[in-house]
Amino acid sequence: MSGVRVLVGTKKGAFVLTSDGQRKNWTVNGPFFEGWEMYHLKGSPVDPNRIYASQSTGWFGQLMQRSDDGGVTWAPVGNQFQYDGVPGTHQWYDGTPHPWEFARVWHLEPSLTDPDTVLAGVEDAALFQTTDGGTSWAELSGLRNTDSGSSWQPGAGGMCLHTILVSPNDPKRIFIAISSAGVFRTDDGGKTWTPKNKGLHSEGIPDGDAEVGHCVHRIALHPSRPDTLFMQKHWDVMRSDNAGDSWTEISGNLPTDFGFVIDVHAHEPETVYVVPITSDSVHFPPDGKLRVYRSTTGGNEWEPLTKGLPQANCYVDVLRDAMAVDALDSCGVYFGTTGGQVYASSNAGDSWEPIVRDLPAVLSVEVQTLA
Amino acid sequence: MIRVVLPAHLKTLINDRRELKLEVKGDVTQRSVVDALETRFPVLLGTIRDPVTQKRRSFVRFFACEEDLSHESPDAPLPEAVVSGQEVFFIVGAMAGG
Repeated sequence: MSGVRVLVGTKKGAFVLTSDGQRKNWTVNGPFFEGWEMYHLKGSPVDPNRIYASQSTGWFGQLMQRSDDGGVTWAPVGNQFQYDGVPGTHQWYDGTPHPWEFARVWHLEPSLTDPDTVLAGVEDAALFQTTDGGTSWAELSGLRNTDSGSSWQPGAGGMCLHTILVSPNDPKRIFIAISSAGVFRTDDGGKTWTPKNKGLHSEGIPDGDAEVGHCVHRIALHPSRPDTLFMQKHWDVMRSDNAGDSWTEISGNLPTDFGFVIDVHAHEPETVYVVPITSDSVHFPPDGKLRVYRSTTGGNEWEPLTKGLPQANCYVDVLRDAMAVDALDSCGVYFGTTGGQVYASSNAGDSWEPIVRDLPAVLSVEVQTLA
Repeated sequence: MIRVVLPAHLKTLINDRRELKLEVKGDVTQRSVVDALETRFPVLLGTIRDPVTQKRRSFVRFFACEEDLSHESPDAPLPEAVVSGQEVFFIVGAMAGG
């Protein structure tokens, strides 16, 4: 019988939520690694029982954990993330040169074909890879050594590489996004990278149309159309139909186009979800109403999804890695909030129910669809 | 035997909340105590010291005999009371809000 496993990273531990394919009754396991910030957990597409997790605190640094039994038990793996060569500098907030310093792993992207291979996006922005199940990590330094690397500057949340998308058609084509540098693409497995930010416009940077420097919050794609990308930028919701070569705005009738998450329906590549957040200084939903917006037209025309979501006095945020979809026939959509709720919809967003209401602030949500 | 108390986050990692008793070979220093800890509990690698530079993490402190020894050389001998097991060597997460 089919089922789903929801992997939730929070500011004070990890939780594993499971249900059968009906997605009505849930079992909550955790906290795992209590007291630690769990930025991201993600399972291998080819071996769902293999799950990787990023565990850190500002006090005691970075650990990496691996489970081989679907999140029941965990074991630490390698946690050395050493930049390749002499790391050099990037720009600090005040524009002065600042040495590249590893802070934490933000995002893990297991290979589509090999359970021992995982990409890791880290702060200060760089891409690492393991090919031995997490025992050792090596930087794919071609990204950081692009012409613009020394000019990258952190956003308010730090200079993080937070999104990694591997093309299902071509594993050598990878998209990544950095706050606040923008989107980059490699077509040779990570050796060389090109900025892919044409069409983005950002207030708050000296040249609003610059090749790099945009605060991209999240990008997403549908596996059947790997050249079509959707983006939630600091402000603006965007799409590209040419693998990032150019972008057009699709914010349309959204109440605000600021936000963090964006995701695509598992079976409808033109159905997209965002959670509008009031503004860059007001990180909660407009009017205290938590609304997911869905476009079934690939953007521009958006409808609010409110059934089951709080429509008064709701002042939570939904962070960039905290939305995911399952692949069951009726697509499930999930997101977590800084108030500790994890909401699930088993009907593509038409209605929502909380799986849990009182976790620590949710940093990430991933979903595994189990056979 | 050297008596060592870890901060709560690290006790969670080793699933042991008690005071530890460590055998340390040679001179008893901050470095040799942490070396012994990391040998016995590999999960602690990188949590007390940066795994690359071996520098104490900024928010980690070493206390013993009611003194803050954090800024002593990592190779300086620890107080005799720690070496004899009379006093505990505390590894502490610096206080911060949240």
